[in-house]
Amino acid sequence: MADENIPNGKNGKVGLVDRVKEDIQALKVDIPAKAKEQIEGLKDPTKTQVYTSIFRHKHDDTPRNRALGVLSNVFLHLHPAKINRDAVRYSYTWGMGGITFFLFIILTYTGVLLMFYYHPSKVQAFRDVLYLEHDVPFGKILRNMHRWAAHLMVIGVWLHMFRVFLTGSYKKPREFNWNIGVLLLVFTLLLSFTGYLLPDDQLGFWAVTVGTNMARATPLLGHEGPFGSMLGMTPYNDVRFGLLGGSIVDANALLRSYIWHCIGIPIVASILMIVHFWRVRKDGGISGPAPVMLEAEADKPRRGPKAAGE
Amino acid sequence: MDWRQLWEICSAPDNVPIVGLIPLLAFYIYLAWRQAHANDQLIEQLEGDAALAKTHHRKTWPFKPGWQKEVHVWPFLLRIEFLAAIIVTIILMVWSITLNAPLEEPANPNLTMNPAKAPWYFLGLQEMLVYFDPWIAGVVMPTMIIIGLMVIPYIDTNPLGSGYYTWKQRKFSIGTFLFGFIILWIAMIIIGTFIRGPGWQWFWPGQTWDHNRLIYEVNRDLPDIFGITSNMAKALFGAVVVGGYYLLGGFLVYSLFRRYMGKDFKRMSLLQFGITQFLLLSMVALPLKMALRLLWHIKYVWITPWFNV
Repeated sequence: MADENIPNGKNGKVGLVDRVKEDIQALKVDIPAKAKEQIEGLKDPTKTQVYTSIFRHKHDDTPRNRALGVLSNVFLHLHPAKINRDAVRYSYTWGMGGITFFLFIILTYTGVLLMFYYHPSKVQAFRDVLYLEHDVPFGKILRNMHRWAAHLMVIGVWLHMFRVFLTGSYKKPREFNWNIGVLLLVFTLLLSFTGYLLPDDQLGFWAVTVGTNMARATPLLGHEGPFGSMLGMTPYNDVRFGLLGGSIVDANALLRSYIWHCIGIPIVASILMIVHFWRVRKDGGISGPAPVMLEAEADKPRRGPKAAGE
Repeated sequence: MDWRQLWEICSAPDNVPIVGLIPLLAFYIYLAWRQAHANDQLIEQLEGDAALAKTHHRKTWPFKPGWQKEVHVWPFLLRIEFLAAIIVTIILMVWSITLNAPLEEPANPNLTMNPAKAPWYFLGLQEMLVYFDPWIAGVVMPTMIIIGLMVIPYIDTNPLGSGYYTWKQRKFSIGTFLFGFIILWIAMIIIGTFIRGPGWQWFWPGQTWDHNRLIYEVNRDLPDIFGITSNMAKALFGAVVVGGYYLLGGFLVYSLFRRYMGKDFKRMSLLQFGITQFLLLSMVALPLKMALRLLWHIKYVWITPWFNV
């Protein structure tokens, strides 16, 4: 049939070639239009779906957005939206709690990187440190940063405790959080101490030997401590043996030190930190700078029914 | 004066934090003292003028009517945190570039380091080993320090001075803490780091560490001075001396509290006061024992077959 040769195709339908032609025509119009739209859209990236899915509020400088910037961010939402205007005074806070936490983050970061190059075994450990110092790119600065951040963290914790004491911030209602803080202080020292052995050099070895030798003398539980031998304590079953995994500082002590240092204590300390920060908020935020209280007001509560005269 | 020796001790990488800690502490004590002084002056002014106390702003920082009482965390707090993070990072970077972490020879149990020192933050405890047996210095004392710190909020019944620096309202608690932190903890660390040399002997700063130095020192026990020889009598004598110290000391603490801190004493329960007495006397026992040892060469006060104090 003649119809079959008509380019428009059979049965009056449009042929493939014409469809392509039509699409090309449409393409010339559609794509520039879309491209224009796209470029227009890129001028304001904050309206894109990707952006709005990540940041769930606008960025205009309004009080509402300032608050949302803190509250809708998982990392910042430990802060309240607003704080007392004096509470940001550095001369009052010293910022040592925050700095300590920041150093903990640095230590976690550098520590994880160090773990890639370190084997906690008697044969490898010291060589790994030498390898880090001399062959690993940036290995030396990595180890240095870990070491000095650890020392700074100890100093930071002490100064934080000092400030909290001097401002009486452990007083009601923050008694419990002070206790969490004391535990965190102890765990900071233990973190540093367990890390001391890991290079497996003379410095760490003798420091840990001196440190753990004291455990021999634990009353009741150490073989040289008061009443220890009466309870059947020997160098092979006392508390020091449990700490070192042996009667001398050796391979097991290195492994135990490593696991406490990298896993055990960081987990416990992290949990305590969560409680510590949470309680700061729950106990009414940072303690001050509070209005001074006079001697005559000492035994009257400032707020609540008693202060109102009931 | 051996400057080289002094430099070697001060520049040992792990001693640098303590060298840095000293001016840092001095600065922060000054900062706290300055604010405490300003607050104390304000308190004095307001105590003397009841009418003013009702209206006056209770802080040393200015506040004018119409000012917002609160500020947004974003940006007023976060910018400080951000700056602090950057500054700490820069300090850490510079420190890490300029000073290498120490690395000695491989661990060798057959070659004892002399002096063998604990990490610097534990040197206070190691210094205590000179004056006390390890079960006290290494176990009982650290435990008591931790417990003592933890009970502070529960035995300090003074409601004043919460949330601001002050000296006059909290003389006793701040004085005690400064004594414990600065004298007993930091000063002991400084002694352990800078003064103690080979054989844990006392070397003044600048004195050469002589590994062959011998000290002819005869330490006696307190019962020996009184001519007590039998073990039973020594044990009894020590118990009386130590018990007497706590009893008489406890009475002294009581009479001082009653006289000079009447209000605090009134607020305290028997348990609170008893714990305060015990912790305070145990804390003071450390420098007393140090004095006995350093000045009169007395080693033990209480000698029993099981333990010595």
